[in-house]
Amino acid sequence: MKKDPEKLSRFTAAERANHWLSALTFILLALSGLAFFHPAFYPLNQLFGGGVWTRILHPFIGLMMAISFCVMFFRFRKLNTITQTDREWLGHVREMVDGDDRNMPEAGKFNGGQKVLFWLLVACMALLLLSGIVVWRAYFSFMFPVSVIRLASVVHAAGAAGMILLIIGHIYMAIWTRESMGAMLYGQVRRVWARQHHPAWFRQMTGGDK
Amino acid sequence: MALQSLDIQRRSATTTPPPGVRQTPKVAKLIDISKCIGCKACQAACMEWNDLRDDVGTTAGVYDNPRDLNENTWTLMRYAEVEPEKGTLEWLIRKDGCMHCADPGCLKACPAPGAVIQYSNGIVDFHEENCIGCGYCVTGCPFNIPRLSPKDSKVYKCTLCSDRVMAGLEPACVKTCPTGAILFGTKADMLHHAAGRVLDLKSRGFARAGIYDPPGVGGTHVMYVLQHADRPELYCGLPAEPSISPMVSLWKGAAKPLASLAFGMVAAGAFFHYVTKGPNEVSEETGKEGKK
Amino acid sequence: MASLATTFGRGAMTNHWVDIKNADIVVVMGGNAAEAHPCGFKWVTEAKAHNNAKLIVIDPRFTRSAAVADYYAPLRSGSDIAFLGGLINYLLTHDKIQHEYVKKFTDATFLVSDGYRFENGLFSGYDKDKRSYDKTSWGYQKGGDGFVLTDDTLQNPRCVFNLLKQHYARYTVDMVVRVTGTPKEQFLKVCEMIASTSAPDKTATFLYALGWTQHSTGTQMIRTTAMVQLLLGNIGMAGGGINALRGHSNIQGLTDLGLLSNLLPGYLTLAGDKEQDFKAFLDKRASKPLRPGQMSYWQNYPAFHVSLMKSWYGDAATLDNNWCYEWLPKLDKVYDVLQVFEMMHQGKLNGYFAQGFNPLASFPDKAKIGAALAKLKYLVVIDPLATETSEFWKNFGEFNDVDPSVVQTEVFRLPSGCFAEEDGSLVSSSRVLQWHYKGADAPAEARGDAEIIAGLFIKLREMYRKEGGAFPDPILNLSWPYMIPASPSPDELAREYNGKALADVTDPKDPAKVLAKAGEQLAGFAQLRNDGSTACGCWIFSGAWTQAGNMMARRDNSDPSGLGNTPNWAFAWPANRRIIYNRASCDPAGKPWDPKRTVISWDSKSQKWQGMDVPDMRPDAAPEQNVGPFIMNPEGVARLFGVDKLAEGPFPEHYEPFETPLDTNPLHPGVVSNPAARVFKGDLAALGTSKDFPYIGTTYRLTEHFHFWTKHAKINAILQPEQFVEIDEELAGKKGIKSGDKVKVSSKRGHIKAVAVVTKRLKALDVDGRRVHTVGIPIHWGFKGVAKNGYIANTLTPFVGDANTQTPEFKSFLVTIEKV
Repeated sequence: MKKDPEKLSRFTAAERANHWLSALTFILLALSGLAFFHPAFYPLNQLFGGGVWTRILHPFIGLMMAISFCVMFFRFRKLNTITQTDREWLGHVREMVDGDDRNMPEAGKFNGGQKVLFWLLVACMALLLLSGIVVWRAYFSFMFPVSVIRLASVVHAAGAAGMILLIIGHIYMAIWTRESMGAMLYGQVRRVWARQHHPAWFRQMTGGDK
Repeated sequence: MALQSLDIQRRSATTTPPPGVRQTPKVAKLIDISKCIGCKACQAACMEWNDLRDDVGTTAGVYDNPRDLNENTWTLMRYAEVEPEKGTLEWLIRKDGCMHCADPGCLKACPAPGAVIQYSNGIVDFHEENCIGCGYCVTGCPFNIPRLSPKDSKVYKCTLCSDRVMAGLEPACVKTCPTGAILFGTKADMLHHAAGRVLDLKSRGFARAGIYDPPGVGGTHVMYVLQHADRPELYCGLPAEPSISPMVSLWKGAAKPLASLAFGMVAAGAFFHYVTKGPNEVSEETGKEGKK
Repeated sequence: MASLATTFGRGAMTNHWVDIKNADIVVVMGGNAAEAHPCGFKWVTEAKAHNNAKLIVIDPRFTRSAAVADYYAPLRSGSDIAFLGGLINYLLTHDKIQHEYVKKFTDATFLVSDGYRFENGLFSGYDKDKRSYDKTSWGYQKGGDGFVLTDDTLQNPRCVFNLLKQHYARYTVDMVVRVTGTPKEQFLKVCEMIASTSAPDKTATFLYALGWTQHSTGTQMIRTTAMVQLLLGNIGMAGGGINALRGHSNIQGLTDLGLLSNLLPGYLTLAGDKEQDFKAFLDKRASKPLRPGQMSYWQNYPAFHVSLMKSWYGDAATLDNNWCYEWLPKLDKVYDVLQVFEMMHQGKLNGYFAQGFNPLASFPDKAKIGAALAKLKYLVVIDPLATETSEFWKNFGEFNDVDPSVVQTEVFRLPSGCFAEEDGSLVSSSRVLQWHYKGADAPAEARGDAEIIAGLFIKLREMYRKEGGAFPDPILNLSWPYMIPASPSPDELAREYNGKALADVTDPKDPAKVLAKAGEQLAGFAQLRNDGSTACGCWIFSGAWTQAGNMMARRDNSDPSGLGNTPNWAFAWPANRRIIYNRASCDPAGKPWDPKRTVISWDSKSQKWQGMDVPDMRPDAAPEQNVGPFIMNPEGVARLFGVDKLAEGPFPEHYEPFETPLDTNPLHPGVVSNPAARVFKGDLAALGTSKDFPYIGTTYRLTEHFHFWTKHAKINAILQPEQFVEIDEELAGKKGIKSGDKVKVSSKRGHIKAVAVVTKRLKALDVDGRRVHTVGIPIHWGFKGVAKNGYIANTLTPFVGDANTQTPEFKSFLVTIEKV
């Protein structure tokens, strides 16, 4: 792809692929997992070839997501270190939600909200992985007493619900913040977009250009 | 064991009423441990009626064989040599198997619609063709009964011979029990009979004899007459106060609607946020500045 | 059976299965009814549930029966006579006997010969070299009229009652405890509970099985109990009796039909070598009454015997040829199975037929049995299963370590059907002949047993006819009236054993009255005649298939009395009586001892005995005639004093098992084991001592299996898959054995390896100053079938048997045990 001088490079191809692999597996997991969670969602199992196939596939997809997510974690964990600025940003988050970003402290590559999301997702992922292994009947459950399996079932459900809620939020933010989607799809953002939403990052990328 | 039925009281993972127009009286199996000689005829009858054959196993230094319940062994005699008081030996032999709880943990935990069925007569039945093999019922059961077959990944357990009962017959184990230690009838009749047995046992020196019909699971449709009702754990670990684990209640109770609601609320909230606040676009100001 | 016949006159369960529900006390001793007879055991639970009965279990092991007992007491295996003798002493010293019953219905008042003595463990007349007794002094004092002298006051020191008292006075509580190992308070508690049934309106029933018969003193153990029941007045009563629970389906039928080497059908007996004279043979058996007016029913022996001969030889049997008496074999000794295998082991047998019998597994000292079979020229095995016996020559590794190349025996295996694959009748312990119908055809080439035997017979007869032979007459003249000679039908055989009239049978009181026309089926054994006008294959079964049809197929379970008698369900021998000796359920005046359980009573109006059961009494014998209730005994009463009927004495005496952990007999150290039991020469050397083998070995059955059959059935194999032995926790601790460990159990005769079950159900006992442990050895495994292969338990057992029945001593021998 030809480089547009008007645009800034935000995500590399590897980062984008990593993200979308996680995203895709997450969606499959959410759909298959919801099928077991509440009868209302049970028909979703048809997407996977029926209840039994859904039960078989879900944990394997889960493993894929866990691996992909793990790679992403190491990729982004430094960028997501929460700073003083981020705390201030979070203090003004209500204004941001109202659509008024005038008083927002200047965000870096990721703003405070994105960083909190990152760490929450990491927490959910860890819980889901650990509890998922415990409730995986075919290979692992026999190693654990039933009380641990019961606890893991609750943890898995809670972790999944949390993650789904976070991802809904994540997707909405991507939709709401126009042109964000392009960053993850094509890797580039317009300079103006960067200047508005991530001014600190913009300066870092452009060497203080106003 | 699936059969067309119109007397379904509850159906797993189903939020609308199941077909339940046909009314049947509540039934119960009563296992009188004080009459049981541990002959395993019930185990043999169960294998024969249901056409189940486990592998020929080994002896582990006890009489319990097969070693545990499994997909081919839906009922199992468990032998306990206990000395309730110093110097008194009792050989307490308990027929283990599904208790057919009025409030079944397996049904509560099951995510597959119609894989666990409770008939209006109280029998809790697995319909294996609907089973997806997740093992949630195993997690839900307070008595450690359902077993997941490693061969077909379906769970199996005692059906209380629902096929026989529907045709007006008693369960196979009841039919075969040589000493009348296993009885079958309406739950009311069984309780009445059990009360008589308890009186008899008390007259024979078992002051704490009683009926095991644990309220924690809403009562059961398989009940025991125990010589030591105050200490059910003497009988190879029969739980003293069984109930569906709070974990399972949380997971398959409140969590389900609350989380679903949350998903909807968040999605709806986002949508209305968008239509009320509009998108977060690059402002014209910034755009102009950018152009400079 | 020998013990009950000695005491009461008939060798069979006195009451019946359902009747157990009428008992106040149920005693399970010398058996494990719940384990071995779970279906019949339902009547014990019924007695508990509906009659408030108490169940007492006395056994070396805390058995499945003990699991549901009200009271359990342990005892050392083989010490039962000491226990029961102590019980007799307790009843006599505590005056817990039913006096009128004992006086009128037993031989308590009879005077015994002056020569009879018991000293230092031996009765009078012992011959040490022959290991047997001259029994002439074991008789009664007789008057000039030939009748026995009695003393109704029971004062005469030679009356049976006083001799009994004297004999058992030695069985003090301390002695019982010392010999049996039963704790004192437990022994006394059992005595007290059983003694409560000396009241006329209380009954106890005793249930026993192989736990008594399989001792070198087994017959006498049972007899001791029979005596206890007489003292308590519990014989003839509903809910009473002494009830032999037979192990095999139809094993009662086996003895009834005389399938023992010294018997003919219906407990008729074969002649001995010396009995060449037919009249003397009959006279000896047709015993005359020993007291005035008694029925002494065996007086009809000639009618039974002649009818049997007519059934076997038809027209060939005539008055002139003594009804073919010469054709019957005359015994020089008893050819019981131990004897036969001893002879086989000595190389004196060429061929052997094992029909429905697996001697390699079922008989003691497997090594000896295997060696004996290897000396045969041919072995024929007729069985539905591939038995161990049929493959005794084959190497099955450690389980049957033989070298086939040195065994020259030719083995023929004839597959037979099983009981469900043919019509027929089975005789239960209750003496009930119940007809059953074929459920399925036998598989493949299998044939019914009757067809197999008929085929052999026809072939043999043909060979005799063509080639002649040493003694062809009994074969060539055997009556063979079956429609298809190669396959006699069960119906034909059943009609044959019931018997039919060959000429018109008339009423002896009124010759004009014809009871049965020629060719008709007989109504019962009362119609049998000694003149050749009737034929009957088994007199006690007469009445089973009458002119009215097959009585055994009746299925009317109505129970008018509520006592479970069901007179129209199938057919019980004798004469459809359900409770035998039922005359004894009434007092001498003919009134029931307990009106609640009236079996029969004297109806003064009709001048007849009447009731829910067929009276075991001449129907018109008014009470004033003093006809005793034990009609088979020439005494008319039951025998506390066994006269000369049994090998080792008129009163049961405790003798130690041949392998005893005590090395002595606390009652009389000079006579340790049964002095009259037969021991073959080589087997004495194969007996172990407590020095090398300090623990008691005892073999038994498990409810999950039936003998050596069900290890061929998958379901049974699943329920109890692998061989094990049981030991107590103390011994396990001493030997470092844990449940599930593999152990080796050895006796002087060999060893087995099995999984150890360490259990609280076995306890060490303090016996005669020693700590005695028991090793429990279930028998069911072998090297054929679908269960895990195992050792033959009878590798361990000694080749000695009861002095009267030669039943092997499987229940008490010596072993040692070690962890493998």
